[in-house]
Amino acid sequence: MTMQNTDQSRRKFLGTSAAAVAGVTIAPGVLLHTPAQARPVDQPATSAQRWGILIDTNQCDAGCNDCVTACQSENGWGSNETKSSPEQQAEWIRKVELKDPNTGYKQSLPVMCQHCETPPCVDVCPTGASMKRADGIVLVDKHICIGCRYCMMACPYKARSFIHETLTDQKTVAPRGKGTVESCTMCVHRVDDGGTPACVEACPGKNGKAMVFGDLNDPNSEISQRLKQYGGKQIRADLGLNPGVRYQGI
Amino acid sequence: MSFRRSIAGLPLIMAGLLALPLSTQAGDPPQVAKGKGDACVEPTDVMRRDHMDFLMHQRDDTMRQGIRTKKYSLNECLECHVQPDESGEVARIDSPDHFCSTCHTYAAVKVDCFECHSDLPKSMNKAAYKHKLTGDDMHHAGIQHEDISKGMLDAIVAGGESK
Repeated sequence: MTMQNTDQSRRKFLGTSAAAVAGVTIAPGVLLHTPAQARPVDQPATSAQRWGILIDTNQCDAGCNDCVTACQSENGWGSNETKSSPEQQAEWIRKVELKDPNTGYKQSLPVMCQHCETPPCVDVCPTGASMKRADGIVLVDKHICIGCRYCMMACPYKARSFIHETLTDQKTVAPRGKGTVESCTMCVHRVDDGGTPACVEACPGKNGKAMVFGDLNDPNSEISQRLKQYGGKQIRADLGLNPGVRYQGI
Repeated sequence: MSFRRSIAGLPLIMAGLLALPLSTQAGDPPQVAKGKGDACVEPTDVMRRDHMDFLMHQRDDTMRQGIRTKKYSLNECLECHVQPDESGEVARIDSPDHFCSTCHTYAAVKVDCFECHSDLPKSMNKAAYKHKLTGDDMHHAGIQHEDISKGMLDAIVAGGESK
């Protein structure tokens, strides 16, 4: 908890300074906040942003699987592993249903890579393939992944999958291949293009979207505003990993 | 006499030996598929010698820092050089007609980019892949955690049965 408080204050500090830079004075006392814009293609991702997703489980419909299918069609997993057993097949995002046996209260929520600030998968990787980008997105560099799967064991969220068979017809935006580990990339190709992840885009929600994507470092972003107003929980907060994916209603 | 004759024959033999590897090389190098545009990003001799270094450099910049300039992008190579032929067919990487495999087959250098990367240009990649699964088709969609209490969320996420 102490750690979380520390992070909050740090975020506020960063957010204030970022706002000072981002704000454009168009008249005395009137600030025009520039909307989140795509970074120029020749510029690297920086720690000025920290991308995150907020999931409101009250809006998440148990029968809905749209975030999973959107992820599959965007990144090309879920149908081209024909030889692998179901346990072996890739799973970048999954729906989990919870039921309180005392009350019968049910909840449904998607779980994917939580994009930790201090990712255990990065700690254990012997080659440096498992990595965190400057803007907080946790990725696997498959060019140097040797397929040891230490990261899969280290991840407390079961977010990573290993590819057991030769794949064909991968998506251009999501290279995937035999012998490497993979997981949710927060649709990094879309984020770099100024877009939102496919799951967030596809989420219909019950009365409004259950998923919000945005910059946790920007205090004016929708995700930061919602977190400030309603709070948000981390799964396994006790591990102190400070994930970029937060939940409301659990 | 016989020694002199053998000496006289030596240049002929040597010339024959020298000519042997040349004659087995089947003459001209293969003709690679022409690009869509007028010129490549670098002169042909530079691209022949250094394309792997350009791609390697770009790969690390893109993967690790999110720099997505187009100049040395593998996708842009494909976008320009992989084009449908007269019958509308596109050569895939396992065919010697694919832009990359033409030379790589000739030079006997294995190219492993396409074990993960798509061998099609992005513009064709969308149509090439079929999907839209329904929820029932998916191995993990029907998994229920009926008897697990809300308080055990952590256990589910950490060690659930869904995979």
